[in-house]
Amino acid sequence: MDLLNDPHMLPWLIPAGPLLAFLLISLITNKSKLVAGNSHHDFNANHGSYPGLMVPVVHPASRVISVIVGLLGVVAALVFSWLTLAEASQLHHLGPEVLASDIAWMDTGATAFHIGVLIDPATVIMLIMVPIAVLMIFIYSIGYMAHDPRQARFFALISLFAGAMLTLVVADNLLLLFVGWEIMGACSYLLIGFWFEKESAYKAAIKAFTTTRVADVVMLLGIVYLYSITGTLNFRDIMYNPEALDLLATTTPIIFGGWTVSAASIIGIFLIIGTVGKSAQFPLHVWLPDAMEGPTPVSAMIHAAAMVSAGIFSLIRLYPLFAAGGDPHHGIMTEPLAFMAVVGAFTALLAATMALVQNDVKAVLAYSTISQLGFMMAALGIGAYIAAAFHLITHAFFKALLFMAAGSVIHGMEHGEHHAHEHGDHGHAEGHHGGEHFDPQDMRNMGGLRKTMPVTFWTFLIGGLSLAGMPIITAGFWSKDEILADAWLVLDKYGSGAHALVFALLAVAAFMTAFYTMRQISLTFAGEARSEAAKHANLGQGIVSFTMTLPLLILAVFALGAGFVGVPTDFPVFGAIFSPEYNNFKHLMIEALPLTEATAAFASLPDYHAKPPPFHIVPVATSFLVALGGLWLGYLIYWRKPLKAGETDPIVSFLGPLHAVLQNRYYLDEIYIAVFVKPSQWLAAQVIVFLDRGIIDSFLHIIARIFTWLGDLIKVLNLWLIDGVGDGIPIAIFSFGGWLRRMQSGRVQQYLLLVLAAAVIIGLALVLSAGAATTA
Amino acid sequence: MEATGFSILTAIIFIPIIAGVVILFLDRKNRDLVRGIGVTAAAAVLALSLAVYFGYDNFVKAEGGLIDRQQALLEAGGELSGAQMFADALAFEQRIVWVQSLGIAYHVGVDGVSAPMVLLTGMVAVAGVLISWNIQDRLREFMAFFMFLVAGVYGVFIAVDLFLLFFFYELAIFPMYLLIAGWGWVKLREYAAMKLTLYILVGSVFALVGAVAMYFAAGAFFTGAGAEVFQAAVANGILPPDSGAYSWSILQFTLAAEHGAFAFDILGIEGLSFARFWFPFMFMGFGVLAGIFPFHNWSPDGHVAAPTAVSMIHAGVLMKVGAFAALRAGMQLLPDGAETHLPWMVFLTLINVVYGALIAFRQRDFKYVIGFSSVSHMGLVSMGWATMNLTGMTGAGLQMFSHGAMTALFFGVVGMVYDRAHTRDIPSLGGFMKVMPWVGVAFVIGGLTSMGMPGLSGFIAEFPIFQGMWAASEQITLQFGAFQLSNYYSVIVILSALGIVITAAYVLRVAGQVFFGEFDAERFHDVGNIQMTDRIVLILLGAPLIIIGIYPPIMAPMIESGIRPLIALLGGG
Repeated sequence: MDLLNDPHMLPWLIPAGPLLAFLLISLITNKSKLVAGNSHHDFNANHGSYPGLMVPVVHPASRVISVIVGLLGVVAALVFSWLTLAEASQLHHLGPEVLASDIAWMDTGATAFHIGVLIDPATVIMLIMVPIAVLMIFIYSIGYMAHDPRQARFFALISLFAGAMLTLVVADNLLLLFVGWEIMGACSYLLIGFWFEKESAYKAAIKAFTTTRVADVVMLLGIVYLYSITGTLNFRDIMYNPEALDLLATTTPIIFGGWTVSAASIIGIFLIIGTVGKSAQFPLHVWLPDAMEGPTPVSAMIHAAAMVSAGIFSLIRLYPLFAAGGDPHHGIMTEPLAFMAVVGAFTALLAATMALVQNDVKAVLAYSTISQLGFMMAALGIGAYIAAAFHLITHAFFKALLFMAAGSVIHGMEHGEHHAHEHGDHGHAEGHHGGEHFDPQDMRNMGGLRKTMPVTFWTFLIGGLSLAGMPIITAGFWSKDEILADAWLVLDKYGSGAHALVFALLAVAAFMTAFYTMRQISLTFAGEARSEAAKHANLGQGIVSFTMTLPLLILAVFALGAGFVGVPTDFPVFGAIFSPEYNNFKHLMIEALPLTEATAAFASLPDYHAKPPPFHIVPVATSFLVALGGLWLGYLIYWRKPLKAGETDPIVSFLGPLHAVLQNRYYLDEIYIAVFVKPSQWLAAQVIVFLDRGIIDSFLHIIARIFTWLGDLIKVLNLWLIDGVGDGIPIAIFSFGGWLRRMQSGRVQQYLLLVLAAAVIIGLALVLSAGAATTA
Repeated sequence: MEATGFSILTAIIFIPIIAGVVILFLDRKNRDLVRGIGVTAAAAVLALSLAVYFGYDNFVKAEGGLIDRQQALLEAGGELSGAQMFADALAFEQRIVWVQSLGIAYHVGVDGVSAPMVLLTGMVAVAGVLISWNIQDRLREFMAFFMFLVAGVYGVFIAVDLFLLFFFYELAIFPMYLLIAGWGWVKLREYAAMKLTLYILVGSVFALVGAVAMYFAAGAFFTGAGAEVFQAAVANGILPPDSGAYSWSILQFTLAAEHGAFAFDILGIEGLSFARFWFPFMFMGFGVLAGIFPFHNWSPDGHVAAPTAVSMIHAGVLMKVGAFAALRAGMQLLPDGAETHLPWMVFLTLINVVYGALIAFRQRDFKYVIGFSSVSHMGLVSMGWATMNLTGMTGAGLQMFSHGAMTALFFGVVGMVYDRAHTRDIPSLGGFMKVMPWVGVAFVIGGLTSMGMPGLSGFIAEFPIFQGMWAASEQITLQFGAFQLSNYYSVIVILSALGIVITAAYVLRVAGQVFFGEFDAERFHDVGNIQMTDRIVLILLGAPLIIIGIYPPIMAPMIESGIRPLIALLGGG
């Protein structure tokens, strides 16, 4: 096959597998049978019961086939990714040379719009991470969704999700990237609202989609504007082409032109706003915590492997555009860079504070995702392009691990709850949670799970330590440290304010991260069980347990080991071991940027290949201090003195009134409703009542009344003047009507129609007869 | 101009008319036969429409086809003749002189803009017949009028004679009135039918007066100053040899417009040329039917009052008739007027987009939501016309097709839900995904299309429109006496993005409240899944959204080739 032999065509096949799996499952294998809807017991608690109603439940056979098809799709993606990586490694110099091919897709004016695939260093790192993480999520889903009546649909949608992500990764232009981006948005909507009977689920889905849509529309405007200046959306033609970058950096924009910004800045900010929505940055972060209403594998997909990573990834792709016109490594910021630095650093801290007080095991992770994405955004803002990419990869591994481990905890708790109900003392169980619906996600109900779920505990611990940045042994340390090192370098040398802000806020946020991670681990796993469910929590035996454990073990390896590819060369001891010649990750990644020789001729462009920061004690010491300090403090408060049943969390009294503010997410949801939602509803209501029905329609009605009045007047005149003459005509019509009545039922419409039909038949005769007589 | 024998288009017009007449003479009790003839005629018309569409596609894309010829013209440089390009773009022509003395001919043909509309009409016709399968009340008359309506709509799209265009335009309105007044929603039907008919007739009367004025102006031009132009055109074969100076042929009007026949000042006011004076009447006269603000209010009431099949054809096709006629009889024949007036009319289209979305956002009635969403989306079509450049206008052409299929799908969905739940009140519905998964999925696909999701046709249409607006921003300046405004198209496009956000909000709200959430099994105990005919409707209307979204070359180049003559007329490259 030609497709397989030409390495430039190979990347096309990467997203093909999951996309094909989506089609196959949704069109062929998604067969269901109708089952009485009151057999609630068979399903898990996420589905309503419908007495007397037949509801579709996926057929056992198609359940198995869907799983196999879905899994095969991802395995195919993984295999083709590796083949592609092997081909890419054969290239003489990846970066200046790439694997790429394209086809004409849409005509816009004189030139056809091409879409295609591109394998450059930025794609390579994503192709290492995404397929592995996605495959783990798929394997995990087999167990997690095993009892769901819509399992086949789940696998169809999550395959589409994976396919869209891979499309985005291999896209060679902004439009195809946007296609993948938006399909992911739609998938997230359908998957967050997967249990659509739950009001909270579909509301979360709507919130997620609407919030990201707002940002996406702004992004689309940025894309359109970029296209109208450069005439292309191809990454290589813009981002690797100094002439295009220079043009963008020196063009005065057609809007906001008076603000002395360049077109590159306006476009850059528009595009960044897209990521602010997608990667859940302040002020558009509100959707992500609610998004955990979806099944847990979906959360892992959104938080780690796909959705939010896509936002940062596209910024990494577009980085040269943002930096054009400035030089972050010498403290010269452009508007987009400053925007990213401020938004990212602020979000990192804001989300970390909210994560401190969460009681829901998934909510802590959700806020930590927002916070960590803030780290990456801030890193991009200060020009630490490679550190951001590095953190993106390590974060994806440990966050996928943490989410799935948390899912195992929830699953185990549900299991324990069933067990307590069936075998335990019912009265006791009821009394325990006061008749309220039992929440298997509330950490206050947990405790002591390390004994019943040891594998989950150890893997969760590894993920948590990596998130906290536990020095040396975890991947999270190396990537976080690099961000701080980059910030410190410029702060130290040029006294840049943005870099100082980023350094300070991120250090504080990192400290909080370590603390809340330890709090979470302790509350969940330490001490004694605080509920019946927790006492009996386990994953059971068999395929469910196996498929939910295996991915955790594999990801744990990455959560520890992935950091060693990016150890700085001059780091004491470890530099010599892991990076004797050069920092592997940096060495690869830097080639995604335009070459120094090419940009040297343009005054507006910085040198993208700036040297890596030399080893400096301050940032490293800071990294050590915040990680160990936070972990130690958490250990002291929560692990040493585990919470007992009925006890209040010490953080409540410590934070005082602030606790309520944090727990309510700074009341941002309420503020948004008051500031945006209510006024727009009010405006819409006014438009209807006042303008549409009030002015436009009543104008028409007044005219109608005038004409009616005129008509009455004429009618009166008619009575006097024309009656005599007119009398004869109605009589004639009457007799004509009587003749027609014999033919048909006598409706007025039909009289008119007969006249019409006659006209048409005459016309038709003309057409047919004149065929020959027609002149050319 | 090709030799004109019998054209497939003639069959497309006359099959529904004949079927309608035959149905009227059937026994009213023989419902199966009525339905059978209806569905056969519609299916035949759809098949012929497909033949026209792909035939034209081949005409455009073949080696040495229209695209190649246009490309060669562009490369050759020099002055482009819009009339010549338009004549070249027509295919499937048939011409029979109807009234020689008045220059009226039965002249039909398709170009790149109308060919997709022909296909759309065929799709909606079949879908409309199928969804009316179970109408109990006077099915025979309903079916017959529906057939006449379809014929009228087809006629407007394929008319190359302005008189014929008006003829079919009125032919479409008349059964529309009867269908709404006779079979509509009892509470609203008489009011809505009257409102609709008055709006549209008043609009078309203004346009007709403008057309008559153009007829005399062009005739005078060709007998006087433009006699040489006329002879040259006849000699070159642009005009048929038997044409007179006074003619209703759109080709001839185009030729006149191009050679300045409409440039003379009227009413003794300097600067107020004939074209500038009449353009608002022609464009807005037809634009009423496309729902241009502030003449949109007939449409939501009309959609809601109409029976499902009629809502489908009404919002799906009839609104396109308005936009199409505004293009063909407004912009193409009075390009100077377009250049003067569209720069301010673009504000109206902005209002359309945002205002329609805002109102849709607040509706409780499922059908009103869709009704106002049409007002919003048709605003994008007019906005595309207002860019007056190739990209934006091509986008508008795509949007016409995309919105047509999408909104017909929406109305089909509303009808299916309403037929079974007997209410359209959004808050009292819920969880219908559970019992009608097909309908739920169709609504989600339509909804994603309407909010411009890539991979679906809505994006393929919106992207070029925005692109065109952005490109037009630097070219178009609004001059109003001493007042001058430039670069404002970019601001308009940013504001209209607001409409897309609101669209997402109301689509998701409706999807959430109607299809998701708890299903009230007691209240809706008799609601069941849909039947086969309904599934065909959903597939027929939903599939093109996906096909075009994934593979736009199936339509975009065709529309582009149809827009190029207009660009030449508008003085662009």
